[in-house]
Order: sequence, then C-alpha cells, then structure tokens
Amino acid sequence: MMEKVIDIKHLNKSFGSHEVLKDVNFTVKKGEVVCLIGSSGSGKSTLLRCINLLETPSGGEIIYKGENILDDKHDIKQYRTHLGMVFQQFNLFNNHNVLKNCVVGQQKVLKRSKEEAKSNALKYLQIVGMDQYVNAKPRQLSGGQKQRVAIARALAMDPEVMLFDEPTSALDPEMVGEVLKVMRQLADEGHTMLIVTHEMEFAREVSDRVVFMDKGVIVEEGSPDQVLVNPTQERTKEFLKRTIKQ
Amino acid sequence: MSLDIILSILKENWPSYLRGAYMTLLIAVFSTIIGALIGLFIGVMHTIPLRKKSIKSVILKIFNFILTVYVEIFRGTPMIVQAMVVYYGLYAYGIEMDRFVAAIVVVGLNTGAYMAEYVRGGIESIDKGQYEAASAIGMGHFQTMIHVVLPQVFRNILPATGNQLIMNIKDSAVLSVISVTELFFTTKSIAGANFRFAESFIITVVIYLIMTFVASRLLRIVEKRMDGQDAYQVQVKREE
Ligand SMILES: Nc1ncnc2c1ncn2[C@@H]1O[C@H](COP(=O)(O)OP(=O)(O)OP(=O)(O)O)[C@@H](O)[C@H]1O
Ligand SMILES: [Mg+2]
Repeated sequence: MMEKVIDIKHLNKSFGSHEVLKDVNFTVKKGEVVCLIGSSGSGKSTLLRCINLLETPSGGEIIYKGENILDDKHDIKQYRTHLGMVFQQFNLFNNHNVLKNCVVGQQKVLKRSKEEAKSNALKYLQIVGMDQYVNAKPRQLSGGQKQRVAIARALAMDPEVMLFDEPTSALDPEMVGEVLKVMRQLADEGHTMLIVTHEMEFAREVSDRVVFMDKGVIVEEGSPDQVLVNPTQERTKEFLKRTIKQ
Repeated sequence: MSLDIILSILKENWPSYLRGAYMTLLIAVFSTIIGALIGLFIGVMHTIPLRKKSIKSVILKIFNFILTVYVEIFRGTPMIVQAMVVYYGLYAYGIEMDRFVAAIVVVGLNTGAYMAEYVRGGIESIDKGQYEAASAIGMGHFQTMIHVVLPQVFRNILPATGNQLIMNIKDSAVLSVISVTELFFTTKSIAGANFRFAESFIITVVIYLIMTFVASRLLRIVEKRMDGQDAYQVQVKREE
C-alpha cells in the first residue's frame, strides 16, 4: 500500500454562519495525481487553502505523514515548506526577478546556501522552460510564463505535494497549453499533485483519481473513467453535462 | 535693487551662504531619513497580526495607541511650535540640546508622523496574494515584510518621501526660531548687517530653488533605478 501523505478527516470550514466545507474526508497518497472538480462555489479552493492553512479549518484533522498538523504545538511554517502552492493569480513576488523568486524561499526558509538555492532554482526553471528569463521581472512576463515561474518557485522548495488552484483559469486560451504541458510532465515524473481544475480533458489524462465536490461535500471519487465517464451520482452527471455543453 | 549689489553681497558672504545651505541640506536629509525609518517602524507595528487574548497583543495595542497619539500631535500642530516646545521645554528641565540636533529631532519626528500614514497605505496597497505566496513557502510575518512587502512599499512611498525631503528643505527655515544656523537664519544675519534685505534674500531664493530642483531630479533618477531596465536580457543557452 502506498504511503498516505495527506489524510483529511472530518474537515469543516465555515465563514461566519456559512458552512463551506462539510465533513470532508479524503487522502492523497505518495506519487498520486488527484484532480478536484466541481462547480463554482463548491469549496474547492477553500479545501486547498485549508490544507496549507491559508484558511484555518473550523474542525477536523489534517494528518500529514501521520501527524495531525492542527495540533497547537505543530510548526506551521515548517509544514508549509512540504506543500508547494500554485495560485490562480500566480502571485509572483513583484519585487524580485525570476531567479530570486525561486531562490528567496530556499535561502530564507530552508536556509540553503546561495549556490545551492541558485542551482536548484535553475534546475526547475529549466524544467518549466523559463531558465532563459532569470533576469526578467514578473511584470515583464506573459501570464503563461508567470505561471511556469510560479510552478518552478514551488518546486524549488522540494515539496512533498504540489497543490494547484486552477492554475490555468486566469490565462488567455493560447497560454493554457504551455502550463498544462509542464504539469503533465511533472505528473509523469511521479510528483504528488492535488489539482483544482476546470480542464476536464486534462483531468482525465493525468489523474490517478478524480474527486467531485458539490456544496462543500465530496459527492463522488474514483478513477477518471469512473467519475468522468461513468458517474454514479446524479449531481456528478448533471455537472458533467453542464460543463461539457459549454 | 541691482545686480551689482547682489553680486557684491554674494562676494562678501558666500562662505556664510554656503554654510547655511549646507546646514539646511543636512537637516533636511537626516530628518527625512529618520522620518522614513519612524514611518516604516510605525507602519510595520500597525500591521502585525494580532492573536486574540495574549499578553503580547495587549502590550502591542498599548504601544500602537501611543504611536497613534504621537502621529496626531505632530500632524496636528505647527512645526514652529513643536520646535519651541522641544528645545525650550527641555531647556527648562536643564537639558541643553545642541540646536542642530534639536532641529533634526523636530523635523524628523514631524516627517515620521506623515510618513507613518504613507507607509501604512503602502503596506495596505500590497496585493494579498503576495502575503499568501510568502506564507505558502513557509515565510513568517517578519520574513514576508523584509523580503517581499517592504521592498515594494519602499518603491511605492519613494515619491512621497521625495516630496517630504523637498518640504523639509523649505520648512527647516522655521527652525530659525531656535537659532539654528540654517540658510534662512544665516540670511537674516547677513541682511541684518548690510540692511539690504531684498538683495540678500534674492540670493537665498535662488539657493533654495537650486536645492529643491536638484533634490527632485535626483529622486527621479533613484526611482528609475529602482524600477530597473525596461527590457530584460534573455540568457542565451550555450551549447556544450
Ligand atoms: N474569505 C471568505 N469569506 C467568506 N466566504 C468565503 C470566503 N472564501 C470563500 N467563501 C465562500 O465559500 C464558498 C466556496 O468558495 P471557494 O472559493 O472554495 O469555491 P470554489 O469551489 O473554489 O469556486 P471557484 O470554482 O469559483 O473557484 C463560496 O460560497 C464563497 O463565497
Ligand atoms: Mg476556486
């Protein structure tokens, strides 16, 4: 059996009286690629943000490699270095060039030497095809280029799991491909990935498992074929019908 | 009023003018730097995330309240009055401050009160995605501030800091009330001796204009520098 990297138990999240996540249970195993799908407002981003504690869960457990990281004594900053987050809006550090974006976390958080951080950053910038742009500032890059740098920045921390929150939703259509290509490559290389996406075709190709969420609960999960081709739940069928029609 | 008289005043007094201008610049530059540092400090203090019900947060709140009082007092009163109170107030308690130091303290505190607001606005204008990205790679609040937020705030408040420097070059003239030998005070002494007020002060006008003009140009250059080149160099891959 594969090792569970993230194990979520009975996770709840409310904003005021608005319950956004209701008793969510699911796991991500080492080497797995899991795609999280669902309609707008179903709580996908909130779930991802709870996992790396950008949002504080209202209840439940997040077990990372056997330890509940919601325990008071747990070092949150340390834990976050094991998760690489890629945002819809890229969120590159505007004051740093491409290389520094990928170096600063390694140096200041992981305390790596400058040389080590730099060579590691270059390695990943090469993988995403942005090693030629080390001197560019974020404002000088296209959306697709920014997102590839953001992926390299996350990878450079050598995380256990990569989290993607709709990484292509803010991109012009012609740039979606270059980012998905990089993600495909990472999946092939065996990275553990949890991806929120609206790209059904992509989800079907790369996922080991697809999770469908609706109104804060996980409705159905299974292999891409099970969930995307032969769903058993009414709500899943409806969602798929709606998205494919578009 | 004639050019001859102006030139002869200049010929006779140029070392005094120069010394006065030098003092004015020194006061303006140092107090602007001090003010910017005070502003940064207050801005950062005001944005420390508070955890509810801890002793630390109570202390922080009290401290921030004191800082707010300082800002209100210095923004709400004329600098000429502040100078009198600081210098003669301390004098009454037997503390005789160097006039030059007193000048920098007064202008610096005054600048700090204004800069605090600019910095706070500058910090608040930084996109929340920047904080989230920093948190997501494991940075703490102070690391995020130092490596991500403040460098951007610096850039944002640079124009305001520049304006403040120019204001300080001009407004340091009020320090003549505590007999600081800056440019205005010096000119008064010169004019008081030769009774040529208009001619003596025409020279001063020109000196102030030169100082503020050069200062604003230099700041423009610094801003350009901070923005970096418009184009970036693509690194050409070397075939091995
Ligand atoms: N900070 C917040 N405060 C209050 N409500 C929030 C907050 N963040 C999210 N919500 C609410 O939680 C619900 C789920 O939002 P979430 O962003 O997780 O949805 P999503 O599945 O990611 O949708 P999308 O596909 O549009 O990104 C929404 O109803 C949203 O309005
Ligand atoms: Mg979302």
